[in-house]
Amino acid sequence: MNIDELREHLCATYPDLCPLFSIEFGDGVLIVDRGRYWSAAKDLRDLGFDRLGMITAVDGIDDFEIVARLTAREIGAHIFLKTHVPRDEPAIETLTDLWPAADWQEREVYDMFGISFRGHPDMRRILLPDDWVGHPLRKDYRDERIIRRPDYI
Amino acid sequence: MAIDIESRTSVYDEEGRAVEELVLNVGPSHPSTHGVCRIIAHLDGEVVTKAEPVIGYLHRGIEKMAENRTYLQIVPLTDRLDYVGSMYANWAYCRAVERLAGIGVPERAEYLRVITCELQRVASHMMSIGSTGADTGAFTMFVYAFDVRERVIELFEALTGSRLTYNYVRPGGVAADAPEGWLDDVRRVVGQMPARLTELDRLFFGNTIARGRLKGIGVLDVPTAIAWGASGPVARGSGVGWDLRKSDTYSLYPRFDFDVPVGERGDAYDRARVRLWESVESCRIIEQALDQIEPGHVKAPGLPRLLKPRPGDAYDHIESARGSLGIYLVSDGSPRPYRMKVRSPAFCNLALLPLLAPGHTMSDLVVILGSLDPVFGEVDR
Repeated sequence: MNIDELREHLCATYPDLCPLFSIEFGDGVLIVDRGRYWSAAKDLRDLGFDRLGMITAVDGIDDFEIVARLTAREIGAHIFLKTHVPRDEPAIETLTDLWPAADWQEREVYDMFGISFRGHPDMRRILLPDDWVGHPLRKDYRDERIIRRPDYI
Repeated sequence: MAIDIESRTSVYDEEGRAVEELVLNVGPSHPSTHGVCRIIAHLDGEVVTKAEPVIGYLHRGIEKMAENRTYLQIVPLTDRLDYVGSMYANWAYCRAVERLAGIGVPERAEYLRVITCELQRVASHMMSIGSTGADTGAFTMFVYAFDVRERVIELFEALTGSRLTYNYVRPGGVAADAPEGWLDDVRRVVGQMPARLTELDRLFFGNTIARGRLKGIGVLDVPTAIAWGASGPVARGSGVGWDLRKSDTYSLYPRFDFDVPVGERGDAYDRARVRLWESVESCRIIEQALDQIEPGHVKAPGLPRLLKPRPGDAYDHIESARGSLGIYLVSDGSPRPYRMKVRSPAFCNLALLPLLAPGHTMSDLVVILGSLDPVFGEVDR
């Protein structure tokens, strides 16, 4: 299924999600509000997106962007589901009840960005030691052991 | 939040007798854990009741380091992700950069990428099958499989100068054209390979002891495999015929005729055997690529020395020996990526261990871990 067919398929089933759909570098992107995140994910799952490839976050300075990549194997389509999480209240619903694959990936996001996932069965650090201070992939993370590479480029 | 390890918990069996649950720490650097992984195994007698992998011992913060390097300086970092299959991470990263910066790749470079990555698949699968042999006590298998792997590594040494971290695939092409006579060497080595792989199949997978140790161990059913995001031979061993080279075809794969082997029962035996037959299919692909490859450039012309992709984000993925390996890049228009995320198949497949292990004995836990084929450079990043 190509990207235009995916758009039609999505718009026919969920007209409210249609204006949120865009195409970026050949991939379908759906940007939703934080409140609509879980239900949009569920709608996409019901649409045939049976596989959660990746969940990650990007520190956008003002807020965090959650990026989930979903795959529908039957119709051969991929989509990005994105939402924004405010910096002062970094929390969002978990997707583990829709796709158990989210389990470790959301733990990693928590570990690296300090975004907690409400309803996650086991919300603790995964890659870093339990007593680590801070969340390294945040842009404001400071550690005196980090050596900034000189700008010789 | 410390991990709660209660080493002396009383549990009661069916007849009401108090029996003790033993908590055994396997690792972090036990040889059977295939890397630096710790498994907290709860045992009832010899039977595993719960297994919890503890990972992160090899975490080097590659995603953070990438934010501090230019696009070209990141390529050697990706070598260190999956150090058994460096070519894959190179290629996945370069595809993401090419998509982000809109770079086209010359055809000869694509052919060289396909040839090296399919050779890499053979080498990586031989590592996995060999260590499955070592896990089950068949050390002969380990030596035979490493003999096949060595032929491939020698080819890579001639091509790139190194045996483990190749740094060969670059944005816009490959580092250098194949040296004179290298493609003939590939043809010679690959020509001998199917016979050797068939020999391995008879030697190991036909062996009664190997069958006894592998069949029915760690059965993964299809709905679980899909819901947990399993990919690669782990998913295909269960019968999920999902291979990015076919279903989401990229590069030159539509030009090649090959099959995607799938298992039936989803046990450790099927997962290991799928790897073997995938290696045979890789040899078919390489031979077709060798027939089709023509002289030409191996680098996109007019590439700037310093890549500054336009702001935006891009994701691209390839089918690595472990599954769907994706790189997600966010650019802010500067020479360094704003964010790089590695979607690691080994990480997602390892998450299945707590599901597969309970009910099997301690010695089978090692086999199940081996059948998931984790490489901890990629799990921990």
